[in-house]
Amino acid sequence: MSQPVELPDSIHVGPVIDEGHSLASVSDKVGGIVLKRKITLGWVFGLLVSFGLLQGLAAGATWLFIKGVGVWGINIPVGWGFAIINFVWWIGIGHAGTLISAILLLLNQSWRNAINRFAEAMTIFAVMCAGMFPVLHTGRPWLAYWLFPYPNTMDLWPQFRSPLLWDVFAVSTYFTISAVFWFMGLIPDFASLRDSAKPMWQKRVYGMLAMGWRGSARHWQRYEKASLLLAGMATPLVVSVHTVVSFDFAVSMLPGWHTTIFPPYFVAGAIYSGFAMVLTLMIPARKFYGLEDIITMRHLNNMAKVTLATGLIVGYGYMMEAFFGYFSADQYERFMILNRMTGPYAAFYWCLIFCNIITPQFLWFKKIRTSPGILWIISIVVNIGMWLERFVIVVTSLHRDFLPSSWGMYVPTIWDFAVFFGTIGFFLFMIFLFVRALPMITIFELRMLLPGARVKEVAAR
Amino acid sequence: MSIETLEAVHPLYGLMAEFETPGQLVTAARKAREAGFRRFDAYSPMPLHELDDAMDLHDNRVSLCTLIAGIVGACTGFGLASWVQAVALPLNIGGRPLISVPMYIPVTFELTILFGGLTAAISMIVLNGLPRPYHPVFNVDRFNNASRNKFFLCIETADPRFDYGETLKFLQSLNPEEIADVPR
Repeated sequence: MSQPVELPDSIHVGPVIDEGHSLASVSDKVGGIVLKRKITLGWVFGLLVSFGLLQGLAAGATWLFIKGVGVWGINIPVGWGFAIINFVWWIGIGHAGTLISAILLLLNQSWRNAINRFAEAMTIFAVMCAGMFPVLHTGRPWLAYWLFPYPNTMDLWPQFRSPLLWDVFAVSTYFTISAVFWFMGLIPDFASLRDSAKPMWQKRVYGMLAMGWRGSARHWQRYEKASLLLAGMATPLVVSVHTVVSFDFAVSMLPGWHTTIFPPYFVAGAIYSGFAMVLTLMIPARKFYGLEDIITMRHLNNMAKVTLATGLIVGYGYMMEAFFGYFSADQYERFMILNRMTGPYAAFYWCLIFCNIITPQFLWFKKIRTSPGILWIISIVVNIGMWLERFVIVVTSLHRDFLPSSWGMYVPTIWDFAVFFGTIGFFLFMIFLFVRALPMITIFELRMLLPGARVKEVAAR
Repeated sequence: MSIETLEAVHPLYGLMAEFETPGQLVTAARKAREAGFRRFDAYSPMPLHELDDAMDLHDNRVSLCTLIAGIVGACTGFGLASWVQAVALPLNIGGRPLISVPMYIPVTFELTILFGGLTAAISMIVLNGLPRPYHPVFNVDRFNNASRNKFFLCIETADPRFDYGETLKFLQSLNPEEIADVPR
């Protein structure tokens, strides 16, 4: 997008892109990571570690398919265990990518140009991880296609009034649109790679992916229109996806779930955890690939601010949950909140308060927002905190509901952890492949930030 | 290239001028349009919104296709949900309505976005005539830089006003870095 919003200089900590970059230098620098850089030992090591973690998923899923969902810690009353916790956690992480690529595009925030590609890649891989869990949780994943409405010999149809079906539509639409948006953004960059690649096989691969893009003004005009339309549709989509996820809880009648605050509070939490994950991934990436001049302090500072703001909304959500519990004058709601704070899972609750409410308060300080090391640690803590939040929401509401005779406890098994860490391995594995195969920064949008891209028409017309 | 080459089927695709800055390209495009050329195109490594005005580009078909697809998506979503719950598998639970409008909105909304979004991307690709791996402009050696840091204007021989000598003179008047023939 063209004009950045004008803000006083005092609120910025440095430029969006370091001076001294030209149209040619950004292309060569970002493209060079893919085309020229040698494969380093560190990258191979990271790839192998994540590949090792990925085996947890393979083993966990295999055992699950052989024995059934009983290998997990789930039981009655707690029928929703790690599968749903991890599903919500992963899908939340994905939301930052769409926020950065779509919402910040509509808001003309040009600083997003350096980070949107990476964040969108993160979205796609996170949604892949998220999508695995409901399918595994069905217990008979080979019948997962029953979730879709299709004419069948049983003469049965899915229930369109159920939030679980809405989830099927929301998540599959979200994945499709994110992937399309991502690929569309890659087309002009594929063309750049095609034109600067030296070996024939690279020219061919990127050439095919670029589909013959040649940067024609007539093409750019339609391209920009399509991007804007996609951004305009992805914006309500991203809000709707986590809203639908929260409906899985809010539409049910369980104390602690049946609240109207869930949709906004889930969406804010999603963006909160997503920005934390972007920071977790980008801080090492910018260091290892020497991108400090493109992903500058300004970016870290801005992302930390978004994390702080959404963290405060999430904090407000926790407060309101407790207040609703008290104010409802409903004995089950009151018991649920009390049980959450003092019951057998109280340690999780207070850990979550520490991670999600206390830790982000450090981000009020500019010194912390601009020190990558501390920021990285905070982002990890927030990621853990958001996982704990989903654990607390899912488990504490289920394990003690209306009848004390049906109370129970939930203890995850090693297979729960195997699948969970397996998806983390999958996610990191994909990220490692991504940084070497595709330009991790949108080159053509980066060019738009440069003074060399300003149009100053020569000679009066 | 001499005058003999101006045959019925022109062996050239066009004449291409190379510029250093986006400003020069926009000016050149504006002047080419004012000089009466219509079959010409500008090439740049990033979108230049000023070119839309200079070249008078206002193709709204992507938006139109997206709007239509979005409406079709909404109808599909709501229609599917209503048909399934009211015709294919009607379940009367406590006399509740078979067509429960609020409960069908999420699916309606998601399909609106799905249809609209896919159409926006596909119609952009189709209207741009992609995929098209081979194109005459790629025959110009320096055109590699069109995706890096240079700006190009190509006036095509298909333009009724194209005349090799005149067009060359016109392009020279724009002070380009270089002018090249674009072979087919």
